[in-house]
Amino acid sequence: MVKLADVSEHERKHLLAKISEYVGFTGNPWSPGPALSKRRVAIVTTSGIHRRRDNSFGEGANAVDYRVIPGSTKHDELVMSHLSVNFDRSGFHQDVNVVFPMDRLMEFAADGTIGSVADYHYSFMGAAPPKSLEPRARQLAVLLKQDNVDSVLLTPV
Amino acid sequence: MGALGRYLEEEGISTTQISLIREHTEAIRPPRALWVPFILGRPLGVPNDPPFQRRVLLAALELLNANSGPVLADFLEEAPADNPEEAAGFACPVQFSKMHQNESIDAQFLQEIVDLSSWHHLAMERRGRTSMGLSGMEIKSAALVLIEFINSRSIDRKLTNAPADFLRLVCHDIRAYYTESVAAQPGKREAKEIQEWFWEMTKASKVMMLLRDACVDSNDPALNRFGERGVVPSFIANRAR
Repeated sequence: MVKLADVSEHERKHLLAKISEYVGFTGNPWSPGPALSKRRVAIVTTSGIHRRRDNSFGEGANAVDYRVIPGSTKHDELVMSHLSVNFDRSGFHQDVNVVFPMDRLMEFAADGTIGSVADYHYSFMGAAPPKSLEPRARQLAVLLKQDNVDSVLLTPV
Repeated sequence: MGALGRYLEEEGISTTQISLIREHTEAIRPPRALWVPFILGRPLGVPNDPPFQRRVLLAALELLNANSGPVLADFLEEAPADNPEEAAGFACPVQFSKMHQNESIDAQFLQEIVDLSSWHHLAMERRGRTSMGLSGMEIKSAALVLIEFINSRSIDRKLTNAPADFLRLVCHDIRAYYTESVAAQPGKREAKEIQEWFWEMTKASKVMMLLRDACVDSNDPALNRFGERGVVPSFIANRAR
């Protein structure tokens, strides 16, 4: 489990140092919505996955790009090119749902727990500084609304 | 990731997120977050366990029903442990060091790939997919790229004009081949066991250590960065020092 008390000293220092990137946000943005059973949900992941045919993630400007993942994408089309080697990939290698729970989301749509699943989902690479993602995030909001999405599930890696 | 949640929420879209590092989420204060006690790389907890994944996902989605925020909830159920009796029998699939100890590390690496091939075929048959393919190379060709680079300190320009990026994708593919292969063997594997096996017991890891050294010694700054941070996980690199 990821409790800072349980990781190595080096990793703990690295993770604590990253906290400085996360401060400075002001206010508590909040968008209400319908009941869960009426919501249309998209997944936005920062795991650096993408379709095999898409460009891999990399350094520089490429690090804040996103990749589109159509909801119809087959598991065998998805690969992960995240820059970091400091997290487990063996789970993703065995089951895409451990980072991108599309099958589970579809099951919840089928049984009425949520209203529907978006046609398009999106993937970033979480290695980018948080505030560098703002222009892309605001662009993404427009695309999500065009897909009638009112709710997003964010999954890390 | 919490920043994405804040920006999307400002644009009128509700968000809920899974958090792997509670301290980061406490700092950035996204609107709705569920902290989970899982290792990095597994936000849904465990592969191939739909009921457990459903419980995690439902807990995250139900935060969308909250009336005000920010909300940071805890998911307190640990990821299911793999069968300890089966895991106890986990070992390197072949004693490479004894079988091929008089051969070069390059030859041992290539032989190791051959020895794992039937397991990888089995993994492909069972899951119908592989996470390999980032580099566009088959496993043996990928291995030869690493060997060639380590020995010549250069890379065929017909393959790429961005050696660091290309080598990174080659390494991802090779690690995927190994972890997919070992996951197909009898018994279940904890993520930590797979990682320890790869980095402590395989010839591939020895080759990647050599790759790291070659990249760090390079005159190419991108290769330097890749060598310093992108080849060997920090917990292994620091253990070796």
